[in-house]
Amino acid sequence: MGFPHPPHPRETQVLSRWFGDAEARTYAGWIKRGGYAALEQALGMTREQVIEEVKTSGLRGRGGAGFPAGVKWSFMPRQKTKAHYLCCNADESEPGTFKDREIMRWTPHQLLEGCAIAAYAIQAEQVFLYIRGEFTEPLRIMQAALDEAYARGVLGANAMGKGVRIDITIHRGAGAYICGEETALMNSIEGKRGNPRIRPPFPAAVGVFGCPTTINNVETLSSVPHIIARGGAWYKGLSLSSPKSTGTKLFSICGTVARPGNYEVTMGFPLKELLLDLAGGMRPGRTLKAVIPGGSSVPILTAEEAMDTLLDYEGCVAKGTMLGSGGMIVLDDSVDMVYQVMRLARFYAHESCAQCTQCREGTAWTVKILQRILGGEGRPADLDVLLDLSEQMTGRTICVLSDSCAAPVVSAIRKFRPEFERYLGHGKAAARA
Amino acid sequence: MSDLVKLTIEGHEVEAPAGTSILEAAKLVGILIPHYCYHPALPVAGSCRMCLVEVEKSPKPQPACATPITPGMVVRVASDVARAARRAVLEFLLINHPLDCPICDQAGECELQDYTHEEGRAAGRYADYPKRYNPVEDFGPDVLYVPNRCILCTRCVRFMENVAQEPTLNVSERGDRARIGVFPGAALDHPWAGNVVDLCPVGSLLSKDFLNKARVWDLDKTASVCGGCTQGCNITLETRDNAVVRVKPRPNMAVNRWFICDEGRLGYAWLNRADRIEAPLVREGGRLVPVEWEVALARAAELVGAGDGPAVGLVSPGASCEALEAAARVLAARGEGSAGAFRVRQGPERPLAGVPDLALRAERAPNVAGALAAGFGRDWDAAVARARAAGLVLVLDESLAGLAEPVTDGALLYIGTVLPETARGAVVILPCTNVAEEEGSFVNLRGLRQRYAQARTPPGMARPAAWILDAILAALPARAARAGGRA
Amino acid sequence: MSAADGAGTGGAGGAGGSGAGARTGAAATARARAEHGVAVLPAVFGDEGRRKLDAILARYPAKSGALLPALWMVQEAHGWVSPEGMAEVAAVLGLTPAYVKGVVTFYTMYHQHPVGKYFVQVCTTTPCNVCGAEDVVAAFLKATGAGALGATSPDGLWTVVESECLGACGFATPVMINDDFIEGVTAESVPALVARYR
Repeated sequence: MGFPHPPHPRETQVLSRWFGDAEARTYAGWIKRGGYAALEQALGMTREQVIEEVKTSGLRGRGGAGFPAGVKWSFMPRQKTKAHYLCCNADESEPGTFKDREIMRWTPHQLLEGCAIAAYAIQAEQVFLYIRGEFTEPLRIMQAALDEAYARGVLGANAMGKGVRIDITIHRGAGAYICGEETALMNSIEGKRGNPRIRPPFPAAVGVFGCPTTINNVETLSSVPHIIARGGAWYKGLSLSSPKSTGTKLFSICGTVARPGNYEVTMGFPLKELLLDLAGGMRPGRTLKAVIPGGSSVPILTAEEAMDTLLDYEGCVAKGTMLGSGGMIVLDDSVDMVYQVMRLARFYAHESCAQCTQCREGTAWTVKILQRILGGEGRPADLDVLLDLSEQMTGRTICVLSDSCAAPVVSAIRKFRPEFERYLGHGKAAARA
Repeated sequence: MSDLVKLTIEGHEVEAPAGTSILEAAKLVGILIPHYCYHPALPVAGSCRMCLVEVEKSPKPQPACATPITPGMVVRVASDVARAARRAVLEFLLINHPLDCPICDQAGECELQDYTHEEGRAAGRYADYPKRYNPVEDFGPDVLYVPNRCILCTRCVRFMENVAQEPTLNVSERGDRARIGVFPGAALDHPWAGNVVDLCPVGSLLSKDFLNKARVWDLDKTASVCGGCTQGCNITLETRDNAVVRVKPRPNMAVNRWFICDEGRLGYAWLNRADRIEAPLVREGGRLVPVEWEVALARAAELVGAGDGPAVGLVSPGASCEALEAAARVLAARGEGSAGAFRVRQGPERPLAGVPDLALRAERAPNVAGALAAGFGRDWDAAVARARAAGLVLVLDESLAGLAEPVTDGALLYIGTVLPETARGAVVILPCTNVAEEEGSFVNLRGLRQRYAQARTPPGMARPAAWILDAILAALPARAARAGGRA
Repeated sequence: MSAADGAGTGGAGGAGGSGAGARTGAAATARARAEHGVAVLPAVFGDEGRRKLDAILARYPAKSGALLPALWMVQEAHGWVSPEGMAEVAAVLGLTPAYVKGVVTFYTMYHQHPVGKYFVQVCTTTPCNVCGAEDVVAAFLKATGAGALGATSPDGLWTVVESECLGACGFATPVMINDDFIEGVTAESVPALVARYR
């Protein structure tokens, strides 16, 4: 459903089917809805079969990078020489994205089940569920579900009575966007500053606590029980456009839109219909100006570009942007692009871990230039300086936080240049008029 | 045996073991890829991004410090992409870095200054915004932190964490608010902490001892060996107008890697002592009188050749091998039964945890092994007791501190840099040079004999002890001299 | 508290491993607080805290994994993470206080200073910003008497800060008051909300 709004007939509800249904949060309620059958089924399969099924499904990472989940799992060593770990990334912090929160709030057992299946597949006995510190309600709900799952023998030394050890530990974050980056997340679990790590080595070789590790997003793992239960082929069939983008995707729609919420549609769904039909279009009297389709880190689409964008990995790339996390920020004609781009840059400057020079200094400098422009004291050269800084902040650093700051800045200047120019050379008074 | 990998760096064919980084491989063909956070002694951080190079077939520039070489790799260091990346890093680093080079101790040996001169922008584009400001912090006994100059390379943090293995420094806060921090009330007082000053590529971590003392381009640098303990760390003595003003470690992978301890670093004041013996002195009519070397040496040879029983040598394990060996020859020339001993000042051993076999050693003298090899024993107390009744006592730069006066009822031949009270009854006093004023060698505790060079002019008429002792030997009657020569 | 003071208390023996460093920092800070008449905060890892910590430690293959959870325990007990708290955590986990401080200052949810009884975080990142989040902030500053961002109201009850993305963008504007997560707050609804806590 387009939670918190009633479900829309054009949604394909897989993950979100029980959103809003408090009973589904309990173990009994989850069992009643067919829960944990997939886990039982998976534990009866070989690990290779589970990985093969997920490979078949074409499931790709829902956290933003879109890497095929089954392939990622297959990178884990076959011969286990030390502990393997699974980390579930529930650090949902990408502006515009709030889907994992709803999965955890309404269907905690769905996530636990996915974690357990994945842990089995990659020979991990321990799962760290990294939930951002601000998510107090999801933390409470997940902990309650986890306690129940242990009490019912779903988890522990003899998970589901199948002789397999699967432990899940909730690790609470403490306020750092960058911990959603998988190597930073591992450092945070290890009790370090959440600095992204240089790769190689990759997590499947040297991950958390120096052991082979797989990191998957909440939505990715929550999709797994459905793939096991209904088959990889079924999941693969859920595709409206590119065969490389399969299954359903939760889109978080927010900003100046009539019905913000989470909408689950099949991959390849037209952005236009999602926005105008499902999410109710613009607020009364307003027109669409721009859409940031994949969380704030991706290039901005103009209204025109958005209207013929297909929502899958390839469809977004075709429009020069990315599907990212599926957090869709809708901006109408009342929005001051320059100010909002400054706010986004401020976000990244606030969240930069301080390792890489370009990011540490570049994000803060970007904010200063944008603030000066907003203050009516911008120089004609400022836009070129911004573009030049952004170029040097892209593809130059350990992680992509720096790129993420540059993407909205560059696309906004390219696509909405007149809005920036209006601030230039018109003095302070005119600036905020 | 690791496999060798062939690649091309800036047009040069390079062959290096698999696993080598591009940055290290480039050094093999004489190319130093600019960098800040990388240091061979520390774990790779890969964060300053200064060493970005263009790698053929790679969509993005790669950090040379963190990218292992692969067969057939083609690396470009001076291409437009690589240069632009470096120029950008320099500009980013400079937006908050004060342009206070004229008052910065690091100027002249600052990697930010050097690389900016080499390939930075002629003018920054940040000019109108205020720079980040944080006051100077006192980190510990010898280290000041100037946060405004800090480029967050984290070499200091990694040194304390991984090499000293006592993480007393951290990165505090994040984003452009980040800086290096210590815990309130704690100090950077690790016995090897001073190395963070050397590791700092800019003027952010400063030695209080060297603060505002000299511009580095005015310094003369001389290769030397630390006299602080038996480790034998390789050092550079840096002099200005004939005074040692700074001691820096000189890399030697077999002895001290890139490091020296703070005792070695800061314990150089004695090299500049002003109260030196400046002329040979001989006793005439109860008074010590300055004389020419010839006169003094003749008197010394007379004492040695007197033949009134065995002589006792009281020598310093801080003297050079050459001096100690010559002293042994002189004692041998004196005849049967002559022998010498030394004592060593002791202190607590202070290892540098992350480096095997590197410590400030308990024995605080550089040439214990050299003294032993020259035939001197550790039986100091016995030697002191024998000295009392001996006909001749030869002292080689020993302070004689704590000894009863007079040291001997016989004749005292004193060779030293300064004249202690205890030695004022000597018959002949000969001024020798200290380690900074001569060439010589020490043998460290692993048996490695290492040469040091002369860094300053000796005061007055002081001569190297080895020269003095050989000259005495030469002035002896022929038979005695031959006996010494055989020793 | 100067660095020299710390050196005086801990530097004599000199060997100072991490444990010694931990004691130095904690002792120095505690002394400074006592001199200024500031109450010394009670230890967090007494019998009960220690048991809780041991249960956490059992979940991690290395002690340091318990650092974030232990810091949460300190903040729950004291309302903020004081230097004493950091030193205590360092001691129980075998880390140095400096290391712990580096971690604390990375994560914005650990309070490095005491805050009001009600700590209000208002999300003002773009999706909420375009839905009036800054008006919500202004309404909070007014209704609580906190006056300025980061300041605590004169009655000691309220501290209001802007927060970067709280992850509930579809429910603009989300607000956290301590651990309560409140969705859909508007400038108009703020006074009643504040009244509910007062």
